[in-house]
Amino acid sequence: MEIFRSHVLICGGTGCTSSGSETLIDTFNKELEKNGLTNEVKIVKTGCFGLCEAGPIVIVYPEGAFYSHVKVEDIKRITEEHLLKGRIVKDLLFKEAVEEDQIRSINEVEFYKKQKRVALKNCGVINPEDIREYIAFDGYKALGKALTEMKPEDVIDAIKKSGLRGRGGGGFPSGLKWEFTYKAQNDQKYVACNADEGDPGAFMDRSVLEGDPHAIVEAMAIAGYAVGADQGYVYVRAEYPIAVNRLQIAIDQAREYGLLGKNIFGTDFAFDLEIRLGAGAFVCGEETALLNSIEGKRGMPRPRPPFPAIKGLWEKPTLLNNVETYANVAQIILNGPEWFASMGTEKSKGTKVFALGGKINNTGLVEIPMGTTLKEVIYEIGGGIPNGKAFKAVQTGGPSGGCITADYLETPIDYDNLIALGSMMGSGGMIVMDEDNCMVDIARFFLDFTVDESCGKCPPCRIGTKRMLEILDKITSGQGELEDIDKLEKLAANIKASALCGLGQTAPNPVLSTLRYFRDEYIAHVTEKRCPAGVCQGLLSYTVTPELCKKCGICANKCPVNCIDGVKGKEVYKIDTEKCIKCGACMEACPFKAISKK
Amino acid sequence: MAKNTFTAENFTKLDQVIQKYADKKGALIPVLNDAQKIFGCLPMEIQKKISEGLNIALAEIYGVVTFYSQFSLEPKGEYTIGVCLGTACYVKGAQKIIDRIKKEISIGVGETSPNGKFTLEATRCIGACGLAPVLTVNEDVYGRLVEGDVPGILEKY
Repeated sequence: MEIFRSHVLICGGTGCTSSGSETLIDTFNKELEKNGLTNEVKIVKTGCFGLCEAGPIVIVYPEGAFYSHVKVEDIKRITEEHLLKGRIVKDLLFKEAVEEDQIRSINEVEFYKKQKRVALKNCGVINPEDIREYIAFDGYKALGKALTEMKPEDVIDAIKKSGLRGRGGGGFPSGLKWEFTYKAQNDQKYVACNADEGDPGAFMDRSVLEGDPHAIVEAMAIAGYAVGADQGYVYVRAEYPIAVNRLQIAIDQAREYGLLGKNIFGTDFAFDLEIRLGAGAFVCGEETALLNSIEGKRGMPRPRPPFPAIKGLWEKPTLLNNVETYANVAQIILNGPEWFASMGTEKSKGTKVFALGGKINNTGLVEIPMGTTLKEVIYEIGGGIPNGKAFKAVQTGGPSGGCITADYLETPIDYDNLIALGSMMGSGGMIVMDEDNCMVDIARFFLDFTVDESCGKCPPCRIGTKRMLEILDKITSGQGELEDIDKLEKLAANIKASALCGLGQTAPNPVLSTLRYFRDEYIAHVTEKRCPAGVCQGLLSYTVTPELCKKCGICANKCPVNCIDGVKGKEVYKIDTEKCIKCGACMEACPFKAISKK
Repeated sequence: MAKNTFTAENFTKLDQVIQKYADKKGALIPVLNDAQKIFGCLPMEIQKKISEGLNIALAEIYGVVTFYSQFSLEPKGEYTIGVCLGTACYVKGAQKIIDRIKKEISIGVGETSPNGKFTLEATRCIGACGLAPVLTVNEDVYGRLVEGDVPGILEKY
């Protein structure tokens, strides 16, 4: 076996790949060759490190030196200084990794310190395209243990005892799902994985598939053994090409090593996996719609019951879990359910991965024990709000969830607490908003999304959400009346009560939760015809502040509809608000910041 | 104009795809995905061919093609510009980016420029929230955008 004195880990997740990490790898290889280091230093392309804000990220071990925003030009220095001479290039390190000349390794940086990595254990640690690296980190050991030392009932029991709940949104106890499928009598059963991560702003499932695909292969094989299925399907969004590619490599390697196929671990157990690609339909994240889509049909939900555990794929009992749920399974089997249940709160065990995004300093993926407060996540791990702006709300649960305000930041995060606040866990998107975001506009944004993605099968969702969107359009364009707000609430209640599937039942949540916490903003839009955050174009007016105007006339030149009048050098300019189309060109052009919008 | 993809060679490729999946359960969507990769779109002619090959009613195939947003009945431009309208990108000003592109190339969302060069799409979250706001041109990704970056990016194509 080759021994290397240094390992250079380069993030190959979607975020860092987009900012050019592939070129970095090529350049590193060239530099290593030039300096005769190819036998001493190994380059590893890993999955996502989580702190996407700092990408592309390069970590050099054994020191754990954390280089951020690495550019091609920097690689020569890192190679010559750090790898050749052993001197860490301080000015290229992540800003928090240097403190009064002390260098902190990646694990000591604030962003990582509070995290507890279970589902993301191997992400950013191993090369996801090499099964040997996964095996070296106890990979497939849990499958071996399950097959040779445990009965299917024991496996199900372990999952039940661990307290694991579905990480895709609903939070249904996973062990019960496994038991229902196990107890369903049939000659053919299936295991399926929901990797149709459609919530805008959530990307943990993608990161697991990109960074640790074997964890999903192993967990699905364990699930197959537990419920009595010999075939599994992973339903992945086509928008995730890197994830699809790495998962396919993992499946092929597992087959080659005899970890998929017949007689796994010398037992009678046979199991195989197939990838099915989504084709761009958000509703396919709903379990019964997903099953229809795997069958090659329009992705429309089916009425439940019967639940998939009784009648799923091709009418056969089917166990369906999401990616992050599966990512916990092997470790529960290996470390025992008590270990897993020791983390988290009374009703929500283990950890949860969140995708922090929006107006926050450290955008990226974080995994925390359940029960961590929102404040810790946003301020301590996330590093707070950029540009000195004020925190306004955090949106969780995507189009099915809601907004949580500053008053509730001390709330420990778990399934039940978030629901009590009118939001939900969802798949774990956490979008932070500051004072510049208009909450009515955000509600309209989500409704626009659900209207577009509604499959059209049931009228409450097809027609109801459309009506809600029309009312929101009316309000944001300045045509709203007070009774519109009542209408919104009435419609929302009816849709929640009568829609067929989760998409429709939760579609009104963004409106209800913004109405609950930001009713005054709705009222301002309706009665004062004013958008307090200055977002809704229809309600804005641009004005010139006379004291700041230097009479240069640049604004008048830029105006596409000639609605700005004045005399160059002599007279302060004025905007005719009747003619103004609110394009904002004048405000952008004014060198003296004399134009403001309100 | 985009080049003609309806060649005999491509039809042979389609036959191979159909054969590969013919015995599999739920073959339709994988076949449509591959067919769209070969031809760039899925007009009636292609759907008929798949209908015969897989023995699935044309109406059912049309139903599936029109349900999923990835499938397109008409050819797309040489370059597809996808502006991410996921939540993270939206709160960071993706709407301004899309408005600027509309202005620069004078087409609306979902339209293709008359010379067949650009198609403009508002895409779902592509999961690159760390780089928000993001746009893609075919396979290339541009992140951390401000409105002023748009003309420079378009010029490259």
